[in-house]
Amino acid sequence: MSTGSADTEGLGGSPAWRERLFTTLQRRGAIVVLILVVAVSAVVFDNFLTEQNLENIVLQGAFLGLIVVGMTFVIISGGIDLSVGSMVGLGGILAALTVQVSWPLALILPPLVCGLIGFGNGLLIARAKMAPFIVTLAGLLGIRGLALALANEKPIGIGGSSPFDWFGQGQILGISVPVFFVIIAFAVGGLVLARTSYGRIIFAIGGSEESARLMGLPVDRTKVIAYTTSGALAGFAGALLAARLSAGDPNAGLAWELDAISAVVVGGTLLTGGAGTMSGSLAGVLLLSILQNLINQLGTLGSYAQQVVSGFFLIIVVVVQAYLSRKER
Amino acid sequence: MDSGARPNKSLDASTVTSWVRGRGVYVAFVVLVIFNLIVTPNFASVVTLSTLLITVSPIVLVSLGVALTIGTEGIDLSVGSVMALASAFLPLYLGYGWPVGLSVALLVGVLAGLVNGSLVAFVGVQPIIATLAMLVGGRGLAQIFAGGQSLPVTDPVILWLGQGRLFGLPAPVIVAAVAVLVVGFLVRRTTFGRYVVAIGGNRSASYLSGHPVRRTLLAVYVISGLLAALAGVVATARLGASDPSNIGLLIELSAITAVVVGGTPLSGGRVKVVGTVMGALLIQLISNTFIANDLPFTWAQVLTAAIILVAVYLQKGRGVV
Repeated sequence: MSTGSADTEGLGGSPAWRERLFTTLQRRGAIVVLILVVAVSAVVFDNFLTEQNLENIVLQGAFLGLIVVGMTFVIISGGIDLSVGSMVGLGGILAALTVQVSWPLALILPPLVCGLIGFGNGLLIARAKMAPFIVTLAGLLGIRGLALALANEKPIGIGGSSPFDWFGQGQILGISVPVFFVIIAFAVGGLVLARTSYGRIIFAIGGSEESARLMGLPVDRTKVIAYTTSGALAGFAGALLAARLSAGDPNAGLAWELDAISAVVVGGTLLTGGAGTMSGSLAGVLLLSILQNLINQLGTLGSYAQQVVSGFFLIIVVVVQAYLSRKER
Repeated sequence: MDSGARPNKSLDASTVTSWVRGRGVYVAFVVLVIFNLIVTPNFASVVTLSTLLITVSPIVLVSLGVALTIGTEGIDLSVGSVMALASAFLPLYLGYGWPVGLSVALLVGVLAGLVNGSLVAFVGVQPIIATLAMLVGGRGLAQIFAGGQSLPVTDPVILWLGQGRLFGLPAPVIVAAVAVLVVGFLVRRTTFGRYVVAIGGNRSASYLSGHPVRRTLLAVYVISGLLAALAGVVATARLGASDPSNIGLLIELSAITAVVVGGTPLSGGRVKVVGTVMGALLIQLISNTFIANDLPFTWAQVLTAAIILVAVYLQKGRGVV
């Protein structure tokens, strides 16, 4: 991949078991690291394994998690969706604006509108053959502008305890509602990706779009659905976040697209597309969440150091992956 | 692409279309200027022009570096954070005199570029990820080194870079203009420029032709880091203080927009220096137009997004020329 000389290496080389080990590590590395981090943290920090702390970690990652499910589909198909962070902002504002009218509308409208925008992204990418990076970059700018304009650049409070608040603050079977939703999203996403023909087509497109097209697979439709899903999930995450915070903030989700991409990449999904797992992405989200939690626990590190650690962590993971995938070949 | 045997009228139409396609950014700029001349009060004044040029200077500086990385089919998302790093380091060493302070600030940019470039060229990390990590981590580092606060810059030479004038021209504009000339020369007149375009066009072919692919990639990211650091110095000088929390925030988006609207394809293989400058001017003029007419600024973002889509859609059909 790096120089083009790799193509000539191919045959011969390391024995099969080593290859398999490297592949497994690359694909499942995030889960291995996750288990290690949890084990070490449990020993080092007394209150890491408390119910309260674990709940915090999971809840912290829940909203990002919804986005990551959609992002995983998009990235495996060889694309990228930079507009999700802005959609979280727009979703929250739409929810805050409509909740006074009717609370079910506040839950349905954000995913609907953001899904429609995602549909538009998908059409431009699949039909008009524009680069996903550019289309969704325009989305990032435009949708954030729209959210700010709709909200007059100020957060909109959601007064009263309408049933809407429950979707951010309530509990089902002892777990927070947003966590409940993100579990469903990952379960459904994982099943669709691994067990349905739609999932196989996503992989095929990411592997080689040209081949997928020549095989007669519905490439355009599949891509449009992926971006629509990504948008709808981001809008829904925005609505849930607004319910959680009792306010729609037009700046909510700022730079979340970067966190989502990090989580997906850390989870072992290749940015080049064609390979990846939903469980890896879940591990990626949890890892980022735990990392933040640990930094908070240490207390001595400010939010600045947190950024440095996140950036450093991302690089370490990617370098290790690059090393492993080179070995693999 | 079309065969010549066509009726005259349709030939004209297609000539016009392709002319507009190639120069969309210029057309949009002229339209916006005319709009401003009619609508915006006091638009045709020296103050308005110099404000536009001064505010666009940092964007031009970082856009040039980003254009080079995009030319190699890469990208540099870290420019905003590198600006913050340079801004944070500038006041720390100004006590030893302005040459030391300035060199340290620029050196920080070179170092950041070296890290990005090494990851891309030698480790094989995708540019978007390598520079994303620098985007996230760089600003955090900047804030740590600055102690989370804004430090004043009082050195007259440094301040001149942001606020001074030479022959009536604002200093930031001169700095940006020099950078444009240098990068333009690099791209058009040097082997390095040819390598950049060749790598972006087809990296394997470039490698097999014996081009120094890795060294060129490294150099491209180092140049981008250096230009971003320079932009950080200029922005800091203009403020009269370092501001690692805000300097260069989200400027990578403006830079990518400027580059793409200016006609450099994201798929690499071409670098449009003048187009990039025009792209930067265009997006700055859009926000200035909104501000000058008291329009809600957020709609400027929406309009910018629309312009990106139209510009890229128009360029799409042109393929490799």
